[in-house]
Amino acid sequence: MAKHDLIGGSIWDEYSQKVQDLMNSPRNMGQITEEEAKERGGKLIVADFGAESCGDAVRLYWLVDEKTDIIMDAKFKSFGCGTAIASSDTMAELCIGKTVDEAVKITNIDVEKAMRDDPDTPAVPPQKMHCSVMAYDVIKAAAASYKGVDPDHFEDEIIVCECARISLGTIRDVIRMNDLKTVEEITQYTKAGAFCKSCIKPGGHEKREYYLVDILAETRAQMEAEKLKAIADAKISGNDSDLAFEELTVVGQLKAVEAVIDAEIRPMLMMDGGNMEILDIKKNDKGIIDIYIRYLGACSGCASGAGGTLYAIESVLQQNLSQNIRVLPI
Amino acid sequence: MRVYLDNNATTMVDPEAFELMKPFYCEKYGNPNSLHRFGSETHPALRRAMNQLYTALNARDKDDIIVTSCATESNNWVIKGVFFDHMLNKEKDHIIISSVEHPATSAACEFLKQFGIRVSHIPVDENGLLNPDDLRKLIDDKTALVSVMWANNETGTIFPIKELAAIAHENGALFHTDATQTVGKIKIDVQDVNVDFMSFSAHKFHGPKGIGGLYIKNSQPLTSLLHGGEHMGGRRSGTLDVAGIVGMAQALENSNKLIEFENLHVRRLRDKLEDALLEIPEISVVGDRAHRLPNTILAAVKGVEGEAMLWDLNQAGIAASTGSACASETLESNPIMEAIGADKELAHTALRLSLSRFTTEEEIDYAIVHIKKAVERLRAISSTFAYTPQGHISGL
Repeated sequence: MAKHDLIGGSIWDEYSQKVQDLMNSPRNMGQITEEEAKERGGKLIVADFGAESCGDAVRLYWLVDEKTDIIMDAKFKSFGCGTAIASSDTMAELCIGKTVDEAVKITNIDVEKAMRDDPDTPAVPPQKMHCSVMAYDVIKAAAASYKGVDPDHFEDEIIVCECARISLGTIRDVIRMNDLKTVEEITQYTKAGAFCKSCIKPGGHEKREYYLVDILAETRAQMEAEKLKAIADAKISGNDSDLAFEELTVVGQLKAVEAVIDAEIRPMLMMDGGNMEILDIKKNDKGIIDIYIRYLGACSGCASGAGGTLYAIESVLQQNLSQNIRVLPI
Repeated sequence: MRVYLDNNATTMVDPEAFELMKPFYCEKYGNPNSLHRFGSETHPALRRAMNQLYTALNARDKDDIIVTSCATESNNWVIKGVFFDHMLNKEKDHIIISSVEHPATSAACEFLKQFGIRVSHIPVDENGLLNPDDLRKLIDDKTALVSVMWANNETGTIFPIKELAAIAHENGALFHTDATQTVGKIKIDVQDVNVDFMSFSAHKFHGPKGIGGLYIKNSQPLTSLLHGGEHMGGRRSGTLDVAGIVGMAQALENSNKLIEFENLHVRRLRDKLEDALLEIPEISVVGDRAHRLPNTILAAVKGVEGEAMLWDLNQAGIAASTGSACASETLESNPIMEAIGADKELAHTALRLSLSRFTTEEEIDYAIVHIKKAVERLRAISSTFAYTPQGHISGL
């Protein structure tokens, strides 16, 4: 919460002048009839998206030159608030002169940016970003109709953040690849959730099928489950050499410590007539793995056993196995 | 021309009330709790104002009318106060409210759920009306409080408070009504309806903003929410807003005096506007006029999204409101619309027009012209509405 947010205000004050002008006088509002299409020598495409019951609906008319696939003209009709009317009008304007394939690439971000008075100030407040989202969907429907394919042909992924057009797959991948732990991190990496914020968690101004909090929780849970499964598989197969020291069983840890001591410590101790044995391994409340040892032979009673020798043993074990190791001579 | 048809949101301050408030800003500005003359010279006005409030609501000496900041505070105080006094020890754990309560009541109840409180909702029908038998079905011996608004802010529907209060009392529950939309519009007699608590807010009846009240029958115990002073007899701490109390009391007295006018002049203008709206094809109005506040219309305009309508009316200088959530921070359907069983189309095409005694015939004539223009323009843009070749208008 910031000072600016404390008193609220009319969202209309946040509309750009372009948006306000288009709300009052849309340039491309209207329809194209079959007769008109025939006269002008183009193919008429009519596409609908949304519904009155959802609060937003748009109908897009395209007149397409079938030889070049160029959209000769575009008109719209809209059931929606003023920003929906302005966004639909801008969307229609952006379509004109483009090929159908080029038009499919127009996104809600393109529409919103085209309605800005200056490049750095958003044309609409965040909660109105969804109005421009319809532009993308109705264009897709029109293109599908023209090409005789299913609209999903242009969208093979589930879109979680409509404003930034970030897919479910992308969000999951980014969480995994970057080990993300918070929604804020997801937004930093992808822009998902940065605009209208409806996709962050339930209770925003628009209901969503997927929310970032849930995707994060599910993906983290999957990552954790996969990690546990890997450990279990390694234990079952006996091939646990790739596991982190902390993830080993006590027996496994004992074997690992013995292996390091045999390789790097015991030969040096034996050169001086000494030796050591491992008594126990325990993990304390703070996550430190305490290794209890007893010196044998010449090492027993040696002053260095509580100083230099002890530090050397601990250091070698930490370097080879885990920084969380502490060695305690008994 | 500027036409204000959003009086259920807030109202213009009564000029007479405003004149009475003025001296308490720069002349008689002493703290009424101070011992010196600056403080004490405000007391006559405070006493007069409190007498006006008691008289206007027919409260008795042993009742309390506590001045609060608004009805939101009053509603919260009742819900949470009853929780502390009657529910925290788990003797009772149940509150019943209507399904169309203002969030000041419903959200306060939701808040209490985390402490194990059960909350039940009395449904309303498609006209926004409530059947007292539904309260009988919900109430049980664990019900501590029944809270039902006197009239709904969106539909204007008036609820049978007297009957509901009687049912609550028969079952050992307290009864609260949020009378925010009712006070000043229809005659209030708290003895007749026998409520235990009643909330009201000055700015809904041409008083100033930021001041309201809570009527408490027989000085019923109610744990204070604000501590740290002995103001209002120790029931509600905070330095008294002398000007606000004076303004609220005078505004209420004047509104009460003009209730006949409200029910004749305002109702006639409302009906004229409503009749004109109903001449437009495919416009419907929620609730019949007999069970509605005399100043309120909630219309559904097929094919026209609510905020787009507000925008066009605003361009013409007309202030209205909408049941469509699109004009607010949330895009979810309006809960009142859902509660009355309206389909989602209605929720997105709702237009609320609310008059006051300051609304003139000329303003209504102007509004009729511009509402018709807006409907025509927006239906021409609409993708869900079209003129058929026969000229008949229909939804698509």
